[in-house]
Amino acid sequence: MEDTLLIDAAERYIKGEMSPEEMTYFEEIRKNNPELDQAVVEHIFFLNELEKFSEGKKFRHQLHETAAKLSDEGLISKSKIEGKAKLVYFWNRYKRTVAVAASIAGLVSILSASIISSLNRDKESNIQPLVKQINEQDAKYRKLEKQIGQIKTATIETDAAAVKQRVESKFQATGFLIDATNNYIVTNAHVLKEARNKLIIENNKGEQFLTQSVYVNTQNDLAILKVIDADFKKLPPLPFSIKKSNADLGEQVFMLGFPKEEIVYGEGYISAQNGYEMDTIYCQLNTSANEGNSGSPVINKQGELVGVISSKESNAQGVVFAIKTSHIFRAIEEVKKQPGNNLIKVNSKPTLKGNDRVSQIKKLQDYVFMIKGN
Amino acid sequence: MHAQVNRSASDIALLEGLARNEKDAIEKIYRDHYHMILHMIMINNGNPDDAADVFQEGMIVLFEKSKSKDFELNCQLKTYLYSVCRRLWLKKLNQQQRFGRQTDDLEQIAPVEEDMEVHEKRQQEFNIMENALQKIGEPCKSLLEAYYLQKKHMQQIAEEFSYTNADNAKTQKYKCLVRLKKLFFAQYKNTP
Repeated sequence: MEDTLLIDAAERYIKGEMSPEEMTYFEEIRKNNPELDQAVVEHIFFLNELEKFSEGKKFRHQLHETAAKLSDEGLISKSKIEGKAKLVYFWNRYKRTVAVAASIAGLVSILSASIISSLNRDKESNIQPLVKQINEQDAKYRKLEKQIGQIKTATIETDAAAVKQRVESKFQATGFLIDATNNYIVTNAHVLKEARNKLIIENNKGEQFLTQSVYVNTQNDLAILKVIDADFKKLPPLPFSIKKSNADLGEQVFMLGFPKEEIVYGEGYISAQNGYEMDTIYCQLNTSANEGNSGSPVINKQGELVGVISSKESNAQGVVFAIKTSHIFRAIEEVKKQPGNNLIKVNSKPTLKGNDRVSQIKKLQDYVFMIKGN
Repeated sequence: MHAQVNRSASDIALLEGLARNEKDAIEKIYRDHYHMILHMIMINNGNPDDAADVFQEGMIVLFEKSKSKDFELNCQLKTYLYSVCRRLWLKKLNQQQRFGRQTDDLEQIAPVEEDMEVHEKRQQEFNIMENALQKIGEPCKSLLEAYYLQKKHMQQIAEEFSYTNADNAKTQKYKCLVRLKKLFFAQYKNTP
């Protein structure tokens, strides 16, 4: 029996359109030909899936229409919260985290935390987080680009369908490994705001790996993710160490990040010991950073990590803020307290010192990732 | 454990309406219960947008429940919906590492674990089919949607897609269906 005939028969069979004689005949040949029977079973399963999909789709459509109607009526409020209400809302949202540090210092941080949170959404503010939002068109273009890339590699891949389902991202930022043994990644907390479903890292080759956040601190804007993807290949120990003291004023630094779909190198120097309006969490750099640079590692000449890029002053040129490394140590200590994450450890074999810049970058770049999600 | 629904006549009528995809049933459930869910989410670190999303997903779970053969509820529809949305929201909070207060106040919580697992599997299958349909491209996508989703007759489809006759349209439909099936199973068999 040809494929089309088989499909036709299976379809009429489940719709009950067969005559009794035909049905008997059909069941007979199925019984005598297990291979054919298997194909019929599979096709019926598939048709049922299609039917379920069809019903689900119609229901979702009806649901959206109803929601839209009720939204117009005001029963469902989908409005963004503005002004005072937003402060209250952020206060509500973060008060539990904040309550842990219920000291005067804590109170000060509450204020600054809510200010930072609200600033993030306010276009007029002076600080701009450097996470990149990906709009739909951009996303389509990227997808196309990736598909072309995939077609190029398809000659090696056995089957295009076997390629892992790619995550379509709503944002893009940067992160880097701080524990290459247990695969923990540092990035900014504000980066994760849009990640409601999936959170992944992507390397310079375009390979994506699933991660999970294990630490998010909106006060110092740090987040730690754990790579939970079995396909992720372990890297050798970190080629950089983490500087324990603050970076020195005037120190030359460089950074690697993903403001675009490939890794981008940038240079600068430490221009002030504190951040925006003397915020002691950050130090100030003179460099250029763009959206997508959030979470980039800042490395000095000796190959030590001295900060993590977080934001820039939007009405001044080249003023960029990076989180001081002392906060990374504190974050690691916090993560260590969690039962499943007590093994987190900075395991580095600094090999960057004394190398020229090009070879420093070569050694470093495998440890820097795009952070994406939706 | 499967949650079962009490034999409240109005609840049963609503679920039957839902199974038939009736607008009025959807609207009634929204009007009766939306505020309850909104409140639950607002006091648990959520915002109105979260509530709108969670409620919609909760409605899909309810729809799937109403469609299932062994569908029974031994609690009120209200309790069931509350329990499902609460579960959905806690999961979201967990994913985002926002920590909820998990107020279980006075509401009774129905056991919905098993239904949630079913829902997750359904959602996965739904996404795979949607992806596969996206991938087969045109005119296959429209052709299959016309036949299997909009349930149009072959004759009508032939006219709309300018095929010379229904048989030609049918042949084309087979080819498309075979491709869709391939794409679907390629992914389906790869999912755990």
